[in-house]
Amino acid sequence: MNIDFTRIIPRIPYLLQGVQVTLTIALVAALIGSVLGFIISLITSKKGLLGRVLFLFVDFFRGTPLYFQLFFYHYGLPQVIPGFLPTAYHSAFVIFSINSAAYLSEIFRAGIQSIDKGQIEAAKALNISTWDIVTGIIIPIGAKNVLPAIINEFITLIKETSVAAVISVNEIMRRHTIVAGTTFRAFESLIIVGLIYYTLTKTLSIAGKVVERKLRYDLR
Amino acid sequence: MIYVNQLNKHFKESHVLQDVSITFDPHITYAIIGSSGSGKSTLLRCLNGLETPSSGEIKIDDINIFESKDNLAKARSNMGMVFQNFNLFEHKTAIENVMFALIKVKKLSHDEAFKTASTALDKVGLSHRYNNYPHQLSGGEKQRVSIARTLAMSPQLVLFDEPTSALDPEMTIEVLKVIKNLVKDGLKCILVTHEMSFAKEVADMIVFMDQGKILEITPSEQFFTQPVSTRAVQFLSHTQFKGETQGKKHYS
Repeated sequence: MNIDFTRIIPRIPYLLQGVQVTLTIALVAALIGSVLGFIISLITSKKGLLGRVLFLFVDFFRGTPLYFQLFFYHYGLPQVIPGFLPTAYHSAFVIFSINSAAYLSEIFRAGIQSIDKGQIEAAKALNISTWDIVTGIIIPIGAKNVLPAIINEFITLIKETSVAAVISVNEIMRRHTIVAGTTFRAFESLIIVGLIYYTLTKTLSIAGKVVERKLRYDLR
Repeated sequence: MIYVNQLNKHFKESHVLQDVSITFDPHITYAIIGSSGSGKSTLLRCLNGLETPSSGEIKIDDINIFESKDNLAKARSNMGMVFQNFNLFEHKTAIENVMFALIKVKKLSHDEAFKTASTALDKVGLSHRYNNYPHQLSGGEKQRVSIARTLAMSPQLVLFDEPTSALDPEMTIEVLKVIKNLVKDGLKCILVTHEMSFAKEVADMIVFMDQGKILEITPSEQFFTQPVSTRAVQFLSHTQFKGETQGKKHYS
């Protein structure tokens, strides 16, 4: 068998530097996506014109591939908007954020709907403000109910950042292409890349389990 | 005084409250009774704005509670509510359930809130349950926490919405005993209940409702011996309310 890691080993630090890029995109998208997704979920939870418009928006981002969305923003829009020339990072941050906002808003919406209305009524009867109801009741109870789905979404996000390679963001997969192209050692490089991705997602899922255990007041 | 004027409430096709008018004197305890679907819970829920009536108005003294958010908040600050399904905050312990509104609404410090909350929990006999979560409490205990949560806010009036309907007979006794003691100590309330003997003992006035209308408002001794409306006579015979002896046995 033609396997030889000796030419890949010096390139491992280069591949590992991609972790920082991957995680930066994932983290920014997770943060912005969470805030944006939460606001969207609050609006789409209620009936109303804005809610319906936002739902269409969410539906579009869930109904088209991320690959398409990146291309559309990065290569499509500059053609019709004069002077709009986003950098690869700019496009990645925007599209990954909006895309995860769309998925997260649906998860949050399910979380809000999972809360028994009686508890919100009790809070209203006690004259508790809407802000305190959201932060003190809806978020903590909803978070417990949907945490596994949120962690799942973050794991998906980490994996999907690999798509950013197509608009030449210098993340792990793009670095692999470069390494494989210069060393002609694709298999060895891919083994390393696979291990990196698996380590990242596994770490996140273990962290998620720990947080979940902390949030499960019903198991105390 | 709470003035309810020409209140109507529609839920889709059904007309749940039909031109309901009544004046509640805050110095008197009322029991609203009637068969299921008579609109009694809806009327109660309109009083603190959990339901918005389709038409009509509710004034507390001269404040129209549906006129603005401030008015509603003012009304709610003097009015507590206890629900059929307890509605405890599931992620908070008993004491945290009571403390939450004290901190957020009354702006008490953590220590002050703890003190007030523990007094309220002690009053309903739960001094040993401070740190239990709702899922660790029995139905009767949950309802007592919810009563404590309401009392801690020192409301002038408490609305009880079928407080024992989700409880088994034994727990019903335990909760009714708590409410009875509170009323004896001067708490004013409006209760919606199916417990006839309890209503008879605790309430000064009985409001009898049927099919979205108030049929009579009668002092309680009179209601259970000589109700005015024929529907009430029929209702009382169906609920098998047969005077004091059986009633006493039921809850004391």
